[in-house]
Amino acid sequence: MRGKLELTNVWKSFGDHQVCRGVDLSVGAGQMVCLIGASGSGKSTLLRCMNLLEPIDEGTIHLDGQDISEPGLDAQPIRTRIGIVFQSYNLFPHMTAAQNVMLAPRRVRGKTPAELAAPVQALFARFGLADRMDHYPDQLSGGQQQRVAIIRALAMSPEIMLFDEITSALDPELVGEVLDVLRQLRHEGMTMVLATHEMSFARELADTVCFLDGGRIIEQGPPEAIFAAPREARTRAFLERVL
Amino acid sequence: MTDAPLRGAAGDTSAAPTRRQAYEARLKRRSNMIAAGSTIAVVLAVVVLVPLAPGWEAVQRSFFNGEVFAATFPGLLNAFMLDVAIFLWCAPAIAILGLLIALCRDVRAPALFPLRMFGALYTDIFRGLPVILVIYLVGFGVPGLGLPRPWNSPYIWGSLALILVYAAYVAEVIRSGIDSIHQSQRSAAASLGLSEADTMRFVVLPQAIRNVAPANMNLFIALQKDVALLSFIGPVEIFRQAGVYKSLMANFTPYVGAALIFLAITIPATRYADYLLHKQRRRQR
Repeated sequence: MRGKLELTNVWKSFGDHQVCRGVDLSVGAGQMVCLIGASGSGKSTLLRCMNLLEPIDEGTIHLDGQDISEPGLDAQPIRTRIGIVFQSYNLFPHMTAAQNVMLAPRRVRGKTPAELAAPVQALFARFGLADRMDHYPDQLSGGQQQRVAIIRALAMSPEIMLFDEITSALDPELVGEVLDVLRQLRHEGMTMVLATHEMSFARELADTVCFLDGGRIIEQGPPEAIFAAPREARTRAFLERVL
Repeated sequence: MTDAPLRGAAGDTSAAPTRRQAYEARLKRRSNMIAAGSTIAVVLAVVVLVPLAPGWEAVQRSFFNGEVFAATFPGLLNAFMLDVAIFLWCAPAIAILGLLIALCRDVRAPALFPLRMFGALYTDIFRGLPVILVIYLVGFGVPGLGLPRPWNSPYIWGSLALILVYAAYVAEVIRSGIDSIHQSQRSAAASLGLSEADTMRFVVLPQAIRNVAPANMNLFIALQKDVALLSFIGPVEIFRQAGVYKSLMANFTPYVGAALIFLAITIPATRYADYLLHKQRRRQR
């Protein structure tokens, strides 16, 4: 069976530095895949390649059977189908939370503010931020900003969501509220790929956990297998360090 | 926001000062006294020593003549209105042209490469020339083509010269503002499916322009002063008017009057630009 998102032999380098060295990965519809591994193992780059923020050097990426890695392909319509949330939120600081969320639906989908008012309001309410819509990013806590960033990506109704270590920049007491959002999305059946250091979270919710090292997926499988009985020595060494 | 006093007692003015507060108050008193003392010394020296110079009386008569000042000041003020008017029609044109040139320099599409080259060439040329030279070339050169009235007016071509030069500086300032916006903002916009043009218009430019507002303020203050250069090609603005009075009255006091009028505008504006800059630094921390 082909997955919703299918990476085959993906290579990516920045100058002389090879970041992805032949990655194969299949993400099924409604699945949650967690990428774990040390910093610099290529997790973030892999995510950025998936929604075409970085062009890949070799290999293919298929979305619903369409080759989206074809050079020269118009990336814009693809990106609206694959949302990404970054470690550093990357909210637009000169816009309120609601304006951040509405910008892309207005400009890309051509919706009017009146059409968007109700659905956007509902999104904010769903993630507990109904009273923060008119705040600017610097008036929000890190956890709130990250939730707004998630809402902003969701407002484009993407088919897949990518999360790039979205809790790494947060104070420990704020991590929970963001993970709750992910949990909620998981239960709603969103297809998700996460680069994460939250091992217990990955263990609890992931369908597949992939361990990356040196730009390759060294080992992948269901969380029970990876966490309880890793086959590879490098996976074991990594897990011993972080658990 | 976060610098509320950590200890209740320290922020409470009615409580006895802590050891540290007493020490700081003592230090502050001392430095205030030193500053006041040195200021008084300098002012005294100027007031006492300058009049001792052999030419002082002549200078006083020809530069600081009260009667001449009173007689010419209203006329100068009137002429200054022309400076303000020239400034007012040049400033919006400069802002728009500067923005367009800055955008030219940022286009990435290969088909638009000539535009990019034009932008670079434009800023190189007009930043590389003395303002007065451009005013002469444009202000005398274009009307020299034998254009009919009113198209031979030095007001039009002099203003155009100012616009051309200052747009180059404004473009460079805006471009540095565009460069200062972190790549992650563009990534975030791209990941939402926004086009490059929309990313520039809604995400990058609003932040860039805000970041460089103080720098642009300073340019516009300089523009207000450089309007006086148009006097060299004809318009009777304040500097030229002062020159007329000088010849009529054989006295330099009108120039001092003109200087005071300029300062009345430029000092508050400069202070305001500094204030904006300070506020921005604090915001960015």
